[in-house]
Formats: sequence, C-alpha cells, structure tokens
Amino acid sequence: MTNAEKNRLKDKAFQVFGVFCTFIGLVILAIFLIDILIEGLARIDWDFITSLPSRRASRAGILTAWAGTLWILVLTSVIAFPLGIAAGVYLEEYSKKTRLANFLEVNIANLAGVPSIIYGLLGMEMFGRVMGLGGSILAGALTLSLLVLPIIIVTTREAIKAVPRSIRDASYALGASKWQTTWNQVLPASFGGILTGVILALSRAVGEAAPLIVIGALAYVPFVPTSPTDEFTVLPIQIFNWTSRPQADFLVNAAAAIIILLLITFILNGIAVYLRNKWQKRVKW
Amino acid sequence: MSKKNYKLEAKDLNAYYGSFHALKNINIAMEEKAVTAFIGPSGCGKSTFLRTLNRMNDYIEGFRVEGDILLDGRDIYAKDVRVDELRKEVGMVFQKPNPFPKTIFENVVYGLKIQGLKDKRVLAETAEKSLRQTALWDEVKDKLDKSALALSGGQQQRLCIARALAISPSVILMDEPTSALDPISTAKIEELIFKLKNDYTIVIVTHNMQQAGRVSDYTAFFYMGELVEFAKTRTMFTSPKHERTQNYITGRFG
Amino acid sequence: MLSESVRFFSEVSIIDFLTDKQWTPLFAEKHFGILPLVAGTLLTTAVAIAVALPIGLTIAVYLNEYSPGRFRQTIKPLLEILASIPTVVYGFFALTVVTPFLQKLIPSLAGFNALSAGIVMGIMIIPMISSLSEDAISAVPRSLREAAYGMGSTRLQTAFGVMVPAASSGIVVSVILAISRAVGETMIVAIAAGQQPRLTLDPTVPIETITTYIVQVSLGDVPHGSLEYRTIFAAGITLFVFTFALNNLSFWIKKKYQEKYD
Repeated sequence: MTNAEKNRLKDKAFQVFGVFCTFIGLVILAIFLIDILIEGLARIDWDFITSLPSRRASRAGILTAWAGTLWILVLTSVIAFPLGIAAGVYLEEYSKKTRLANFLEVNIANLAGVPSIIYGLLGMEMFGRVMGLGGSILAGALTLSLLVLPIIIVTTREAIKAVPRSIRDASYALGASKWQTTWNQVLPASFGGILTGVILALSRAVGEAAPLIVIGALAYVPFVPTSPTDEFTVLPIQIFNWTSRPQADFLVNAAAAIIILLLITFILNGIAVYLRNKWQKRVKW
Repeated sequence: MSKKNYKLEAKDLNAYYGSFHALKNINIAMEEKAVTAFIGPSGCGKSTFLRTLNRMNDYIEGFRVEGDILLDGRDIYAKDVRVDELRKEVGMVFQKPNPFPKTIFENVVYGLKIQGLKDKRVLAETAEKSLRQTALWDEVKDKLDKSALALSGGQQQRLCIARALAISPSVILMDEPTSALDPISTAKIEELIFKLKNDYTIVIVTHNMQQAGRVSDYTAFFYMGELVEFAKTRTMFTSPKHERTQNYITGRFG
Repeated sequence: MLSESVRFFSEVSIIDFLTDKQWTPLFAEKHFGILPLVAGTLLTTAVAIAVALPIGLTIAVYLNEYSPGRFRQTIKPLLEILASIPTVVYGFFALTVVTPFLQKLIPSLAGFNALSAGIVMGIMIIPMISSLSEDAISAVPRSLREAAYGMGSTRLQTAFGVMVPAASSGIVVSVILAISRAVGETMIVAIAAGQQPRLTLDPTVPIETITTYIVQVSLGDVPHGSLEYRTIFAAGITLFVFTFALNNLSFWIKKKYQEKYD
C-alpha cells in the first residue's frame, strides 16, 4: 500500500469515527429518553399530577412540586427580566468605555461561569438570612434571578449590538433623544433576540435544583404554596428526593416526574429556537 | 460678501478624533436656499465636517471640536443648545438608505411622534405632504402600512428624505446620498435636490464630480482635513485657483 | 459569604484545612481537611473531560472538515439539547442506567461511584466543547485551509496538521470552560457519586465532591451559626476560587489570542 493510499484510508476511518462521535451523544440521549418513558409513562395520570407528596410511592403526586416550579418561574421572570434587560441596555447604549464599565463587563461574563450552587450559598446568606426570607419562594426566585441575570444581560447586549449603527443615526438625525432612540428603534429591533435569551434563561432556571436546596427549599412540602413567603419545593428537588430513596417504586415516580420536567424544558427551548429562527429570517439589514 | 444672508458658517473650526487632527482651520460660509457640495478624496474630512454641522459626531468617542459653527448666527456647540432641537432644524440623509424596520407611514411620522405629536389628522397630512415632496406618494400611497424594507433602494432613500422633511428642517445634510443607488434612482434624487433647494438649504457630500457639477451652486474642495478651495461651482469647475483642485477635478488623483 | 468563611478559618487553621487528609466535620471526631473533597471533585472532572474532550473535538473537526453545511445546521441544535437537560435528570440516568450497565463490565463497581457520574457529566458537556471548538476552528482563515489542501493534504491531515493547531487557543478555552463547568456540577454527583469523602484516585468507589458536601449539609439539620454550618461556606469559597481561576484563565487566553490575530 502506498503512502497516499494509507492516508486516504486514515481519512475515511476518521470520517466514520466522526459520524460515530456525532451521534453517540444523541443515541445515548435517545436510549435514556426511551428508558425514562418506559419506566415513567405508565405512572403519569391525573392523580399523579394533582396529588400531594406521600410516604407511600403509589399515592405520591407532584402537585406541590409543579406548583412550586410555576411560582418560581413567574417570580423569577418578574424580577430578572426588567433588571437584566435594563442592565443590558445600560451597558450597551449608555455606559462609556470606562474602567468601571470594563470591570463590570468582565465580571458579568465571569458570573455566568460561577457554579449554581455558589449562588445558592449567596442567596441563603443575602436573602435567606440578611433579608429574613428564609427558605421561601421569594428567596428562591431572587436567588435564581441572580443566577440567570448574567445570561439575560449578555443576550440583551448581543441583540442590541446586532442593530445597525445606521438605524441609530437615522433616529438621532431626526432629533430623537438617546432614550427615544433606544425605546422606539433599538429595543423593538432587538426584541426577538432578547426574548430568546430570556426564555433560555427561564429554561435554565426550571431545571435548577442545587441552589434551591442550599437556600433551604424542602424535599417534602405537604401543601400548595399560596404566597411568595411560603415554603416550597420544585420538580427537580422532588426528583432528587425520590431518586435518593432505596425503594424502586420511588424511582418510577422520579421517572414520571422527569417526563414532566423534560416536557417543560423542551417546550421552553422549542419556543426559544422558534423565535430565534423567525427573528433571524425577518430582519435582514 | 458679509452683507449676504448666510445660513451656516464655520469659523476657525478644528476637529479631532483622539489625537488625529481631522479638520484643520475650516472657514466657510454657506448661503441660504442654495446647494453646497463638498468634494475631495476619501478621508479628506468632508464627511466629518458634514457630521459636525448637526453634531452627529457627538456620539463618537474621543471626538472633539474647537472653533464655532453658526446656524443663523448662533453657535450650535454652545452650552445652551439642545442637540435634539438642533437636529430638528438640520436634517440628515445618509449614505445607505436606512429606513426603520417599520411601516412606511411610521417611518415618515417618526420625527413628529417623538416630538409628542399625536393628532392623527396632522400626522397623515404631514406624511402625504412629505411623500409628495419626494415624488414617492403615488408609488406608495396604497401601501403605507407595509414595511419600508420592502421598497427598492431608490424608494427607500427617497423615503429617508421624506422622513427628514416631515419635521420641517431648514437645512438638509446629505452624506453621499446616491452612492448606494443605481443611475435611474440617482437621477430621481438629483431632480429632487434641485426642487428642494427652493425651500431648503442643502449641503451634500459627494464622491461624484459630475454630480457636484450638476446639482450644486457652490463647491468646497477638501484635502487632508483642510478646505483647499470654496467657490461657485461653475467658477471652480472652469477655472480652479489651486493646482490641487484642478488635479482632483480633472481626475489626476482621487 | 466571605464573613462566614472568615469565621470558619478563625476556628480551623488554614493549614489543617489544606493539608489534613480527612474531612469529617459531621462526626464526633472532627477533621477539616478539604483534600478528600477536592480529590473527589477532580476525579469526577477528570473522567468527564476524558469522555468529552475526544468526542467533542472529533465532532468539531468532523462538522468543520467533513460534513455538508446543511447537516451542521441541523446537528448543532440537536447536540445542544444535551446541554439543556436539567442535571438532576442526568443524575437519575447515571444512577439507574449507567451504573447497572457498568457493573456488568466491572463487577466490583460500587453502587455509588465517580466513574458513572463522570461519564454522564462528560456526555453533558460534549456540546460545550464541540460547539466552542467548532467556532474556533471555523474562525481560522480560509487561506490556511486552502494552502493545506493545495499541497495535497487529506482532510484528516488538514484538520489535525493545520486547523486544530491554528485553533488551539480557542480549543483550550473550550476545555477550560468545560472543566470549570464540571467542577461546579452538583446534582449528578450528589445523586450518583456517593457521599463518602475519600482521598483516592479509584473511580469505582463512592467519593464525595465539594458540591455534594454542600448539598448534604443543606439537606440536614445543621444549626445556623455552628462550625458545621460554616464548613459549607469554606467549601463554597474553595469551589469559587477554583472556578474563578479557571474562568479568568480562559479569559486571559482568549484575549491574548485575539491580540495575536487582529
């Protein structure tokens, strides 16, 4: 075999290996999803969704868990979006390239890389103890807001950056103030991108368990929370709790709850992808 | 000369980007309701100067000016001048058409809306008047609620001019307004400029010598940040005083 | 957070913290050596990177040099699904599917172990390495690739002889960020790797990571203000220092790289 033939063979071999690697992750994911579906699908019924948790696996439900997840989702949105978008707009449109802005920029990027459990410790100290919120929904939502703020800020800035300079010039040339230009032109033009980031951030928040465990969210909550100061649990914590139990019945419950959690995550991600595509197609400068 | 009515004047104007000296001792006086063209090779400072006339350079970091620019005798860089008020008086049209990603109607009335005008009848009337001024009305009157981005390049540029006219400025600055357009659209814009100078003072930057010759009453030649020559267009094109101007006009460099 | 840690270090000497080989703050005979937790963390991280780096890099090279553009457009979002799945779900996967499967191959494997947690964590971070590395490779100037092909190189030779070296700093950044992610990962290890602080390099036995310890304490009834309570802040600070250093390192490399090419 000549050298060239050997090289071609290696080239082909790598191509096969490349296909293998590209799909192995997806295949494993598929195996896993099927496994979960087999294990958990039969367990999902109306009772499972509307029942309180219980010591007996067959009677336990996820009512408190998904109610808690919903509370957290709504509160986190209300807190994190205005703050994140405002911060993104400020950093991109208003702040001068000073040392402070630079410092903030590096730090925000850095915050995005901090493990979520650290946010939990921070949240427990700041919101739980100093503000006296304990392990309440509000403390949880504030903690998750801290967690997703960097994501929202970064995507807001990127979306704003994509708005061409000429649009701003046109607005300024008509006598618009900076605020009018931002509000009337820049924000509407970048809205799709911002929304995509916001939904991705939400989907991240829905799956988080670690920081909420640290601030003191409970594994067992016998009632549905009715106010932001109530104690709570969320789906990922419920899953964690059931997974850690030795009885096989609880693993079935966990699988069933995972199906629900994945459904929520995939729907949120699907919306984000849809919006991103739609937005990219619509805006051609 | 001094008895004449000057709309815009620059006195000992210097401008800098950081340490780069972009405009050097510019002295010029532009007549009311006339077209003044700025010509010169790329990077000569003509666009920079145009953009100092309505302070569009304010947003560029490290940019600063020394000296005065007078609009109707008032220094536009004075502390008490509000830049948004100034820009209502001095409109601008850019190199590439830059309509907002909104409807045609919204584009035209944007300037009025941000001034707080809400009266629907006034908005509609102004929109029609501005679009008629730019000879766009017949082409777009049935699709005012369609996206401005669907128009052709030439139409977009006329829309941008209509948008500038809608807030009734007295000066219109045009920064190479036809450089991104085809010859037919260019001809339409030039026709328009000719018509508009009855009511407006127009300052136009152009790369195209013939265009300067066709549309302008006065021409200013810039080179390396300096104003080399400023004269009636006819005079400058037939008997330029400076050798540099002559070389540029006859195409020996550029 | 810092103040809680300071209080911790006023009671436990920092030298003990860094050198003691045992971590038993919840037992009667207390030891506060962070090393076993650090070892556990590094062990799971190492397994994860050992899985994710070869696969992720291969995907990046394959998508860039071999696959048609349309294929890349479809496969990238699909791969990103892997990163969007909640980690608690991965933990369940590690415990109920991967561990039983591996036990068939390695009978001595404990029910909780660093191996399956690490493998699953590796699968999770594949898209992180593949997509950041792909960006880095596709940022290499076209001319360089064409030069390689022009001399008769195969795709493989072009990829590993020219593209990967030229994109190396970007690839290193992706790996560092992946490490940082793995170090801070919590739920997978909390579910599947065990809760036994142990100074070992053996991935088949139960261990405990820094993150798992924090979860373990948070779930229990440790009175606020006690030394045990403060241990989680000390552990948290340790974790933070690790990830902070890694993130800054990646920043630094990225910046240096940009200066080189601008």
